[in-house]
Amino acid sequence: MARGSPLPLAADGSGRFLPWLIALMVFLAAAATGGAFAIGGALERWDAGLQGTVTVQLPPQADARPAPDLVAAALAAIRQMPGVAQAAALDDAATAKLLEPWLGTQVDPSLLPAPVLIDIRVADGAALDRAGLQTRLAAIAPGATVEQRGAWLDRIFYVAHLIEIGAGAVVLLIGLVAMTAVVFTTRTGLALHAGLIDLLHLMGATDAFVARQFQWHAFWLALKGGGIGLVMTVVGFGGLRLAAEQGALPGAGDLVPILRLPLEAWPVILVLPLAMGLVGLVTARITVLRTLARMP
Amino acid sequence: MIRLESVAMRYGQGPEVLRGIDLELPSGSFHFLTGPSGAGKSTLLRLLYLEARPTAGRMTMLGRDIATVPRRERPALRRRIGVVFQDFRLIEHLSAFDNVALPIRMAGESEIKVREYVTDLLKWVGLADHMQARPSTLSGGQQQRVAIARAVIGQPNLLVADEPTGNVDDALAVRLIGLFDELHRLGTTVVIATHNEALIERFGHAVLALDEGRLTRHEGRA
Repeated sequence: MARGSPLPLAADGSGRFLPWLIALMVFLAAAATGGAFAIGGALERWDAGLQGTVTVQLPPQADARPAPDLVAAALAAIRQMPGVAQAAALDDAATAKLLEPWLGTQVDPSLLPAPVLIDIRVADGAALDRAGLQTRLAAIAPGATVEQRGAWLDRIFYVAHLIEIGAGAVVLLIGLVAMTAVVFTTRTGLALHAGLIDLLHLMGATDAFVARQFQWHAFWLALKGGGIGLVMTVVGFGGLRLAAEQGALPGAGDLVPILRLPLEAWPVILVLPLAMGLVGLVTARITVLRTLARMP
Repeated sequence: MIRLESVAMRYGQGPEVLRGIDLELPSGSFHFLTGPSGAGKSTLLRLLYLEARPTAGRMTMLGRDIATVPRRERPALRRRIGVVFQDFRLIEHLSAFDNVALPIRMAGESEIKVREYVTDLLKWVGLADHMQARPSTLSGGQQQRVAIARAVIGQPNLLVADEPTGNVDDALAVRLIGLFDELHRLGTTVVIATHNEALIERFGHAVLALDEGRLTRHEGRA
């Protein structure tokens, strides 16, 4: 014998649009979460790649390329530094290649007062004392600079961190919008069924009993919306990625890594529908209890 | 069990619909409440089933001063009162079974007990074959019996009925009041508002008469 709910909430139409609203919000939350994870992952990979290399620049001396003996002295000093696995100066051909965009192919870089660049590969797990190297090189080649990774890369990480915080704020905002939607749906339901609720009270229903009818209704609506949102996320991101990969979206090839949501984002995204369900449940319960408590 | 002292009642800023009501209904008593239309019968019943509060005077019920009962304690008090409304107030989307089951489900009774009690009660009121019927598919008399079953399933201390025989023929009316009489014999306090003098005469219980908001008669055996 099926047990009937005393309030016909599913039939009153007050929650008809809630699942679709929640679905859209879950999709946006999934996009924000996935985007934050993707950017974070890309930067970590980039950082890991940069961690092992350092560039030293020896400036021109008296309007000419630094002399080979100066370069050799600088290389010797660099190789003595703890943590250095390999150090090599860029040869003329490599320097010409670097200058090619500005000077073309007809210029001999050895005739130009161009700096000499030295690539250093740091041993795995080792840290290079950049300040110490800078001091040591200053004595050999005044004006020599050790590329300071921190300054610009840290700015990028700071921006990436801001993007992650922004994504978190977006998810929070989406949660607030979902709560507001549930509050209005619940209040509409309370108004529509005021007569029945009065009757239930007269029969001895507690406010908690009435709240239970609304909270589970909101839970299932939000869960249903969350499920639809999840499907939208999978289909939406999957479709866009496929289209970008196959060149159907001109210029979108660079977006492929972002559209490929990282694996670690999926547990968070999969939990979103349930989280929305719980947001619906708690919000509806609080709304009903607070509204009924104001009744005489 | 129920005591009203100088009770008055008005709706909003309107005139008093009940005035200076002094009344005592002992536990296990049976009273018919009568009087012309507009005399205040329904309002007095609304006070008794706690849908309204007196605007003046003092009312005690089941050992509690109604004015001091906090909101959170009202459900427990209301579960001790069974009500048969004049318009039945059955829940249309629920079956007869679920309508009757509602008060004990709200009280947290197990589904096994709910099935047992509701089935027995619907048999008792002659609706064993209509358990899954929606109220709109039942006749007036059948709806009335569902409403009565719902009012008594929680074994209330007080049973209040507003014109419970208004929509049924005389034979069924006698049978319905007979049901209330059985409950009364089991110890339930019963108050029934009715215009039906023949029924009052037939059952011979105490009579409360209201006229223009005043209690004009309180007589007979309770």
